[in-house]
Amino acid sequence: MSAPSAARLGPAGMCVLALGFAFIYAPILLIVVYSFNASKLVTVWGGFSLRWYPALLENRQLLDSAFMSLKVALASGALATLLGGLAGLALARRGSRGRSALAALVYAPLVMPEAMIGLALLLLFVALGVERGFLTIVIAHATLGMCFVALVVAARMKTFDASLREAAMDLGAGPFTAFRTITLPLIAPALVAGFLLAFTISLDDVVLATFASGPGATTLPMRIYSQMRLGVTPEINAVSTLILCSAAALAGAALILARILRHGAR
Amino acid sequence: MSARDALARRLARRLAHRLAIGAPLAWLALFFVAPALVLLKISFSVSVLGQPPYEPRFDLSAGFAAFLESLRGLSLDSYALILQDDLYLHALLGSLRVAGLSTALALLIAYPLALAMAHAPRSWRPALILLAVAPFWTSFLIRVYAWIMILKDEGLLNRALAASGLLDAPLRLFATEGAVVIGVAYAYLPFAILPIYNALDRQDRTLVEAARDLGASRLRAFWSVAFPLSLPGVFAGALLVFIPACGEVVIPDLLGGPETWMLGRAIWNDFFANRDWPAASAAAALLLLAILAPLIAFERAQMREEESA
Repeated sequence: MSAPSAARLGPAGMCVLALGFAFIYAPILLIVVYSFNASKLVTVWGGFSLRWYPALLENRQLLDSAFMSLKVALASGALATLLGGLAGLALARRGSRGRSALAALVYAPLVMPEAMIGLALLLLFVALGVERGFLTIVIAHATLGMCFVALVVAARMKTFDASLREAAMDLGAGPFTAFRTITLPLIAPALVAGFLLAFTISLDDVVLATFASGPGATTLPMRIYSQMRLGVTPEINAVSTLILCSAAALAGAALILARILRHGAR
Repeated sequence: MSARDALARRLARRLAHRLAIGAPLAWLALFFVAPALVLLKISFSVSVLGQPPYEPRFDLSAGFAAFLESLRGLSLDSYALILQDDLYLHALLGSLRVAGLSTALALLIAYPLALAMAHAPRSWRPALILLAVAPFWTSFLIRVYAWIMILKDEGLLNRALAASGLLDAPLRLFATEGAVVIGVAYAYLPFAILPIYNALDRQDRTLVEAARDLGASRLRAFWSVAFPLSLPGVFAGALLVFIPACGEVVIPDLLGGPETWMLGRAIWNDFFANRDWPAASAAAALLLLAILAPLIAFERAQMREEESA
C-alpha cells in the first residue's frame, strides 16, 4: 500500500508484463499486418499492398450486413439502456417489492450460455408465430444487454447519496423533477457506459443473432462467421482490421465522453 | 402544500417505482423466463417430421384437467435418447474437459500477469488495467480468427518454426482439442486477469512484509501469505472462464476438428442440421445442469467463508 511495495517490480516482473501483453496483443496485431499482404495466401508474405480494402467496398452483401448490424446495435442498445437503467435503479433501492426476483432475473442471463438463451428465444418466437428478422434480433440483444446495463447502473447508484434526492423532494420537487435534476445527471456516465457495453455486445454477437434471425436479416458477425468457417482469406483480415479500428475509435470516444461527463457531474 | 397535493405526489412516486421495477421485470419474464419454459416443454415432446418439427405433449390453454391428463403422456424420449446416445455423453465430457483445461491454462497465464500488474508502480496501473480489458471490447470472432491464422498447418506458427529450421513436418495443431483449449483460454483471459488482480491489489501488503521480517524468503512469504489470500480471486476468475467455456459454440466450431464435440455445438447441430428440436432442448437442459453445479459449489464456498469471517 505504501512506497516500498511500489518499487517491487523487478526485471522478472517486467518480463512477465511484456510477455503477457505480447501474448494478448500479438495475434490481433498479426491480423492487421497481414491485411496489408499483397499475396492471396494470407500466411505467405507477398509484399505490402492495400488491394483488399477497395474490394470490400464493392462487396454489397458485406456492406448490407454491416448496415444491418449497426441498426440492430443502435436499437437494441437504446432499448437495453432504457430497461437496464430502470432495472439498475430498482436494484439499488432497498426494500422495494419484487427486487430479489428482479436481481435473480438480471443475473441469470449473464451466466447462461448464449446457445441456450438463443435456442429458448427461437422456440418462443416459433411458438408465438412471430416472423423472425430485424426485430427479433433486437429483442434478443436487448434482453442480454439490459442485464449488463442494470449491473453498471446499480453499481453507480451505490456510490450516490440518497439524501440528495430526498433533499430535493423536501424542497418541493416532484418525483419526476427530482429524477430529472438529481438522479439522471448522476447516473448519466453509467448510462453511457452501459449503452456502449450493450452496443458492443450486440455488434459482436453471432450466436444469439443466428438463432433469432430469419432469412432476410444477416448481421456482419453472421456473414464473417460463415466466411471464416471456409478458411482464412485476405478479405477477412481487411474487414477485421476495419472493425478493430472502429472499436478503438469508439473506445477512445467513450473514454473522452466519460471524462467530460464526470467533470460535468461535479 | 395541501393534503391533496401530497396524496397526488405519493401516488406519482409509487407509480414511478412500480414502473422502474415492473417494466424490466415484465420484459425478462416475457423474453427470458417464458422462452426457458417453452424450451423445457419442448424437451419433453416427441420429435416428428414437420413444421414445427415436434409434437407438443402438454398445452396449458386446454385447462387444468387436460394439463393433468397430458402430464401422463409426457415424454422422456429425448432425455432417454441423449442419455443413451454416446454422442451426448461425449459432448458433456468434452465440454467439461475443454472448459477445465482452458480454465487451467487461462489461470496459468493470468496469475503471473496479474501479480506483476499488482506490483507495478501505482501510476502505471490504470493503463495496465485498460490494456488487459481492451481486448474484451474488440470482436470475439476476430480474436478467434487470429488463432486459425496462427495454428493452421500452413499457418504462421508452422511457417516460423519451419523457417527457423526447428521442424521438418508441420505441427498438427489446428482442428484439434488443443487448439480449442488455446482459443478459449485466449478469448476469456480478461475475465481471469481482473478478479485475480483485484484480490492481489486489495490485500494488506504489511502481512507479507511481516512474514519477511520474521525471516521468510520472498518465495515462502508469497506462497504462505499472499497466494492463499488471493485464492478467492482465483476461484472467481476460474468460474468466469469455466462457465462460458462450457457452452461455447463458435470456438470449437472454428478451431476444433470433427472429433471435438461439445454441448453447445451439439445443440447447434441438433437444431440447425438434424432439426431435432426436442433433442436440442434436452441437450440445452443438460448444459444448464453442467453449469449450475460449479455455480452452486461456488455460492456455498462463499457462504462458508462469510460465516467463518
